[in-house]
Amino acid sequence: MQKQLANWGNYPVLTCDECTFTNEEQLQQYVNAHNNIIARGNGRCYGDASLAQNSVSTLKYDKVLSFDITNGVFECQSGITLDQILDIIVPKGWFLPVTPGTKFITVGGAIASDVHGKNHHVDGCFSNHIVYMEVLTAQGLVRCSPTENSDLFWATSGGMGLTGVITNVQFNLKKIETAYIKQKQIKAKNLDEVIALFEQYKHYTYSMAWIDCLKKGDGFGRSILIVGEHATKNELNPKQAVAPLQLPAKPKLTVPFNLPSFILNNFTVKAFNWLYYNKNTRKEINNVVPYEPFFYPLDAILHWNRGYGKKGFVQYQFVLPLAQKDGLIAILKRISDKGWGSFLAVLKVFGQQDSLISFPMEGYTLALDFPVRNGLFEFLDELDEIVLQYGGRLYLSKDARMQQATFWKSYPNAQTFADTVNKFNPSHKFSSIQSDRLQLTNQ
Amino acid sequence: MPTLLLLGANSDMAVALARKFAQEKFDIQLAARNTAPLEALCSDLHIRYNVTATAHTFDATAYDTHESFYNSLPVKPNVTISVFGYLGEQATANNSWQETAKIIATNYTGAVSILNIVANDYAAKKAGTIIGISSVAGERGRQSNYTYGSAKAGFTAYLSGLRNRLFHDGVHVMSVQPGFVYTRMTEHLNLPKLLTAQPADVANAIYKGYSKKKNVIFVKWFWRYIMCIIRNIPEGIFKKLKL
Repeated sequence: MQKQLANWGNYPVLTCDECTFTNEEQLQQYVNAHNNIIARGNGRCYGDASLAQNSVSTLKYDKVLSFDITNGVFECQSGITLDQILDIIVPKGWFLPVTPGTKFITVGGAIASDVHGKNHHVDGCFSNHIVYMEVLTAQGLVRCSPTENSDLFWATSGGMGLTGVITNVQFNLKKIETAYIKQKQIKAKNLDEVIALFEQYKHYTYSMAWIDCLKKGDGFGRSILIVGEHATKNELNPKQAVAPLQLPAKPKLTVPFNLPSFILNNFTVKAFNWLYYNKNTRKEINNVVPYEPFFYPLDAILHWNRGYGKKGFVQYQFVLPLAQKDGLIAILKRISDKGWGSFLAVLKVFGQQDSLISFPMEGYTLALDFPVRNGLFEFLDELDEIVLQYGGRLYLSKDARMQQATFWKSYPNAQTFADTVNKFNPSHKFSSIQSDRLQLTNQ
Repeated sequence: MPTLLLLGANSDMAVALARKFAQEKFDIQLAARNTAPLEALCSDLHIRYNVTATAHTFDATAYDTHESFYNSLPVKPNVTISVFGYLGEQATANNSWQETAKIIATNYTGAVSILNIVANDYAAKKAGTIIGISSVAGERGRQSNYTYGSAKAGFTAYLSGLRNRLFHDGVHVMSVQPGFVYTRMTEHLNLPKLLTAQPADVANAIYKGYSKKKNVIFVKWFWRYIMCIIRNIPEGIFKKLKL
């Protein structure tokens, strides 16, 4: 059926033919009969990576195949979402090895984007925890892992669906004693201070910072660093300790900032950021919180993306090598001068990453939203120049507008990746409007 | 633990029903012509809900096999839901007896054949619930799908008669009129968003209807009134409409 599809940023919108499948035979038949296909999970990538003329929704291919409770190994079909997995594994004392800032993504999407989490500097990307996966390529179903058909494995991890449709996956879980996180929040007056804090607290498993991109002068780059560890049983208060692996009933939050888009202007965003920074009256706060608000603060507000109005928004996420702090300052300056950044941005320090086409590299990553408006894409092109100049790159899962030259210059393994895509997807049966734009495929 | 038998277990509606009843602590028997894809659903139900789920070969149009199919079930189910159906293509059916016969056999004859057997078992035990998923298409024949509609009309009448007969044995029979549902069967159709239910809505409505021992349920309440209007349009006007 013809459908208007857009991902989380609501930009761009494409008229697609959408189909679902519940078993591999149906998927194979569909793939045989169509071209210009891309797999799509829960539509939580921000840009155009999972949009194509023929959209294959994996959401009905969502069965749990096995769960080894003793050793923490989980096997499932690719369309299951992380929130469903958490509901199954947390009560048994296990957690996702890596999780992004939303649990409403599918396992297939987690692999296609090779997602990272607050623990990247310790645990790497999602792909680092996969035992095996199966991919329906243009040549049929192929099983792969770091040791079996490894070229396919690495081109599929972060490969944005261009090698085919990921079907079944097995991955390792992380042992937990409780469903709680022992968290520490530290206010940093400026960018130098938050970078020093990242270094000081790098032994923590989880770390990230909310940064105010609009603040100028002495408080340039003021932030709140948030670090955490899975809490042990004896770190819980008596009420929490009654059922350490069960989360308390979710409070129904009314959304304080679910506003019509015209209210999102420079003044209100500055005011919000001021409030956010100053709500922590003490320099440092230590507490034990359920895992949900720690990992998924925005999931409490369903459809927060609609706050940006009908035109949608793009999320801009780049990474710069660790030595290029000047580049980070240069970009933050451009953003605060322009005054277009919205709410708080996320700053994180990545650890080392061996991969073919995955986004992370050792260095600083910053993610922030920009509502779509006149002149935005020209401005982002200017930011791209700085990212390139300092040896950085952009996250394909967030991207809706990068020029192809930027991609090819910034991803050092782009050619090897393209060669592997051509091996498993020779006639570019699998392609998205993103891959066509970046000239990874040619439809 | 009570047991649910799902006849036609490969559909989206069946998956939703299996998950809903498993969540309510039913063991699940999944029956379909092709059982290979059911293995994944069996493990899924077991891991998510800690119930026993088994797959069984069942062909709705192989009437001869229905008796042995039912007798070979390891446990006799407390609740049986007939989910299978075949929409077919009206345009094809107009010119093809094969298509017409397939629509009738799947939606009517096959369902009657297996439910007769289940009904006799439940009547003898004086316990059990039979749930038949019929269709609002069976309320009045329309040019766009009257072969399917007439088979479902027959099925609706069958369920009504069965309810009347089994009431005296303490057996509950419920007819379900789902209205439009987003499933693989309707994926190629452009359905009106406001009138269309998700498979999970159907499963929730059925479980609720089962718990309250309802006779006839509509998944979305307004379908009862839409169909009331459609049934009452005078035939002289109705025949001129493009429905």
